[in-house]
Amino acid sequence: MATAPSAKLTPLLKDELDIVIPTIRNLDFLEMWRPFFEQYHLIIVQDGDPSKKIRVPDGFDYQLYNRNDVNRILGPNASCISFKDSACRCFGYLVSKKKYIFTIDDDCFVAKDPSGKEINALEQHIKNLLTPSTTHFFNTLYDPYREGADFVRGYPFSLREGAPTAVSHGLWLNIPDYDAPTQLVKPLERNTRYVDAVMTVPKGTLFPMCGMNLAFDRELIGPAMYFGLMGDGQPVGRYDDMWAGWCMKVICDHLGLGVKTGLPYIWHSKASNPFVNLKKEYKGIFWQEKAIPFFQSVSLPKECSSVEKCYLALAGEVKSKLGEVDPYFIKLADAMVTWIEAWKMVNSPGEKPAMTSLPNATSK
Amino acid sequence: MSLAIKDDEVDIVIGALRSDLTIFMNEWRPMFSRFHVIIVKDPDLKEELKIPEGFNLDVYGKPDIDQVVGSSTSILFSGYSCRYFGYLVSRKKYIISVDDDCLPARDPKGFLVDAVAQHISNLTNPATPFFFNTLYDPYAEGADFVRGYPFSLRAGVKCALSCGLWLNLADHDAPTQALKARQRNSRYVDAVMTVPARSLIPISGINIAFEREAVGPALVPALKLAGEGKCRWETMEDIWSGLCVKIVCDHLGLGVKTGLPYIWRTDRGDPIASLKKEWEGVKLMEEVIPFFQSVRLPREATTVEECIIEVANAVKERLGSMDPVFARAAKAMLDWVKLWQSVGSSSSRSSAV
Repeated sequence: MATAPSAKLTPLLKDELDIVIPTIRNLDFLEMWRPFFEQYHLIIVQDGDPSKKIRVPDGFDYQLYNRNDVNRILGPNASCISFKDSACRCFGYLVSKKKYIFTIDDDCFVAKDPSGKEINALEQHIKNLLTPSTTHFFNTLYDPYREGADFVRGYPFSLREGAPTAVSHGLWLNIPDYDAPTQLVKPLERNTRYVDAVMTVPKGTLFPMCGMNLAFDRELIGPAMYFGLMGDGQPVGRYDDMWAGWCMKVICDHLGLGVKTGLPYIWHSKASNPFVNLKKEYKGIFWQEKAIPFFQSVSLPKECSSVEKCYLALAGEVKSKLGEVDPYFIKLADAMVTWIEAWKMVNSPGEKPAMTSLPNATSK
Repeated sequence: MSLAIKDDEVDIVIGALRSDLTIFMNEWRPMFSRFHVIIVKDPDLKEELKIPEGFNLDVYGKPDIDQVVGSSTSILFSGYSCRYFGYLVSRKKYIISVDDDCLPARDPKGFLVDAVAQHISNLTNPATPFFFNTLYDPYAEGADFVRGYPFSLRAGVKCALSCGLWLNLADHDAPTQALKARQRNSRYVDAVMTVPARSLIPISGINIAFEREAVGPALVPALKLAGEGKCRWETMEDIWSGLCVKIVCDHLGLGVKTGLPYIWRTDRGDPIASLKKEWEGVKLMEEVIPFFQSVRLPREATTVEECIIEVANAVKERLGSMDPVFARAAKAMLDWVKLWQSVGSSSSRSSAV
């Protein structure tokens, strides 16, 4: 039987969670999030021109990293971090010292639920991550661990313990996360449907993971959350989170970890230019037709018992199977390996965090 | 984007486990009145059925079941399984079936939910089992496929089965309901979604619809518990049937949806009393689920009937010795296929599309 953890207060996890935000402009959006974010440490990854000063509202505890910091901290391994693309956010995952990460885009604001109440997205993500996933058998009443829900008749008791939840994927009201062709055909469509559910994406099923409103257990799955090579000098953009999501899901399925999707909603305010998006996505639209069957059929060796090992095995498969689709995938596979080297370098036991990962700016 | 369904393509099939259907039929009148209704009376029910006027309906009882099916079968069309007789004799393309203790629900705005119309919409819009859409049903108004959804998968596949949900008394098993005696489902989740391929789900028979021509033979009245009773807590026949349907759909490239519509399930039964019988079903699920998760259908099985025969043989071989209920289920499945071929298939093509 599922117990209802929300009968007790949801733990804040304020010393165990980092909020990672990529930005090239200001961070005024944080004002609206202040009641929900103020107690947490922020990692701001500044993309683009490092000489530009990013304005952070007063009172937040943060570390800010720009491109110079990325280069200094990672050295030659910095090549795996994208430039001029929000994919650079994964640098924030790399240098974080916390167990949990919540990442959000700087054009995402607090949404309201149908009763008019402001949604504490971070609290919902924490609830999602702290309760198990039901990966092996779909529960028709969705997340059985939510208050007011439970497992349905026919759900075997032996499967009710579930699997640890590695990723919580939230959604968006207002501007939906459509690709460029859909945006061009439906420029006025807004997502107004509030679907009051959290559910586990079943084992063996892939999904498009959006990085706008995402939380994960860094200890469980961190090294798999590489957002790929996008932006400046790369042939494709707007596939960073997709790539991370496909890699992550294959590894979660292999290691018996769970992924949830659904609540919480945030309010997505800015529609990006569909023509600009089309240019960025163009190659990706064709490549995903090859990438999806690849991810659906890839199998990782049984010996891969850690996320890093899984990820390196996956990089090998990407190189050999997708390399023939386009040389970009060979570069990407190499970057995946570099990412793991960077991860180990920054996160290995011998490393002295205070020395090497000093950011450019900090609130302290 | 949906195909228009003609009124004469739909049968509403109701299994009557209670005799007085006055309130039930009157409450559902706005949704049912356009369609032909088949009412099958539980052979164990002694009282005469009370049905209000004004419906285009056919009523079947024990004599009809005996006449059509006779002694040719081991299938027991009693209790909740009586409705399968309705599926068998229907001559329509689509069937919608709800339990006789359910009434129309209201949505959060207070409007009555037309469960029939929603099921029809689910069945006539494609399903998308090969990749999960995070905005749920992409064919719903105001929704679409999200960024990252492969274009080649956006045409979807035929939806063969639509599974609805329940407000008020949710379909929990007896232990859960007994422990959370006052819990009622008040959460209206405004979504329809496709159950991904190769994912199994416990399909409740309380509120379902399906394309009879596509998957009729796969809804099998097979698993009869030794202590099966007249409360849903005391049965697993629909769960078994649903697992068969899902396996077949996955094999044949058909889709299954879950979510809307909601119906309002009225309180009845005593979960604690049911616990004595329910443990049987609950225990069996521990064997049943791993079995269905491991069933592999051969490529040569290209029709629904062939698939069900394969599953029945696998049940007999792998579960038969574990509990006599499984051996009986396997036999009932084979009998069902034979019955379907002789009685049931006169209006329908039995091969999958």
